[in-house]
Amino acid sequence: MMTTRKEFDHGLELLHNLLVEMGHFVDKALEQSMKALSETDTQLAQRIISEDTKLNQLEHDVTELGSKLIATQQPVAKDLRRILSAFKIASDLERMGDLCVNISKLVVRLDGQPLIKPLIDLPRMSAIVQTMTYESIQSFVQENVDLAYKMAADDDQVDALCAQISHELLALMMENPRNISQASILNFVARHIERIGDHATNIGESVVYLVTNSRPDLNR
Amino acid sequence: MATATQVQAQPLISIEKLNLFYGSFHALKDVSLTIPEKAITAFIGPSGCGKSTLLRTLNRMNDMIPGTRIEGSIAIGGTELYSNEVDVETLRKKVGMVFQQPNPFPKSIYDNIAYGPRLHGTRSKQQLDEIVETSLKSAVLWDEVKDHLKRSAFSLSGGQQQRLCIARALAVNPDILLMDEATSALDPISTLKIEELAQELKDRYTIVMVTHNMHQAARVSNQTVFFLNGEVVEFSDTEKLFSNPTDQRTEDYISGRFG
Repeated sequence: MMTTRKEFDHGLELLHNLLVEMGHFVDKALEQSMKALSETDTQLAQRIISEDTKLNQLEHDVTELGSKLIATQQPVAKDLRRILSAFKIASDLERMGDLCVNISKLVVRLDGQPLIKPLIDLPRMSAIVQTMTYESIQSFVQENVDLAYKMAADDDQVDALCAQISHELLALMMENPRNISQASILNFVARHIERIGDHATNIGESVVYLVTNSRPDLNR
Repeated sequence: MATATQVQAQPLISIEKLNLFYGSFHALKDVSLTIPEKAITAFIGPSGCGKSTLLRTLNRMNDMIPGTRIEGSIAIGGTELYSNEVDVETLRKKVGMVFQQPNPFPKSIYDNIAYGPRLHGTRSKQQLDEIVETSLKSAVLWDEVKDHLKRSAFSLSGGQQQRLCIARALAVNPDILLMDEATSALDPISTLKIEELAQELKDRYTIVMVTHNMHQAARVSNQTVFFLNGEVVEFSDTEKLFSNPTDQRTEDYISGRFG
């Protein structure tokens, strides 16, 4: 039995590492897509889009490894929740990667044209979401429920910034209809960043489930 | 007293402050449990934890082990099991038992089933025929053996022999069926058949099973008791015990961290 447990622990460690790798990937993708936006760097945006397949592969690896562990080790209780949470977290991270791709596609659509206004709140918002992403993964690694709750509470700031940005962009559009095209692109960027924050909150929920076996709603 | 949560069934077996000693060895320590009627209760725990010992106290099998001393109370349907008035033969008629190794008598399939009823006084051929058929049907063995009831029980496969032993236990119309590692000598298909059989029988009988196979306990039972060093660590609904145990030692055991 101890041998089995050793193999199982090794499998869980691999699963753990895959999720941490996915977290770093998303962290970097968000940072890079915001860089591409602020510098209207089409080439960088395209690279982010093409690299997303790596993240999809990592999610696939999590599913494969988790399924194998369930089939061969028949985990119960917290061990089972570790794997079920890993599936859910991997799926959230994969979606977060897709949203970074969406931001990069919007950068491609800008086609290098100068921005109608300097970016202030969008970088602020993405910095908070980047921290949330990092903390969500940390809360998973440490099985730290308090950190998960703290991280999820930060999502309120993200939502507030998103609403503020929308209002500001609306004013710009009303001021000059020529702003509409780019302002609506920036509005979408804000919306995508906000969604990434929601997925980080979902990861927090998975951590709480993993540790306590209850499913709170942190997305309120 | 440990009582499984959300148990709907009426308690049939009530164990209170049970202590059992084999000579100077304290095998069961202050065990208090209420085992509900018409449900499957599984005992799990590492070797030597006392689970089989407790199972054997339920039909006084420990009486035969010299140096055994019992304190506390076990009542079945309100009757104190270890009182002097209890007739052990009658008790064992009410509490059937199936063991790890199938142990059919060296007799025909028919005579294996008819043995108990004959011992308890049934002589009519017609009545015995009926009991044999009903018992074999209850044990889901009838269709496989109905055309050769006169063949030796040893002509059956291991899984069939075990179902024959279950049929033999059912033939004397017990209330309780004790299963001590009843599938550990069987292949996976036969194991599954016994598990399905247990599921069918639980509507009519109270089943208590000892198993080393935790996943069997998880699959089959309604309540699970986890024993460690002669003590009850946790007793709860099986679903709860295997998804979110209360005690860390239970979590460690079911996750394979010791045992």
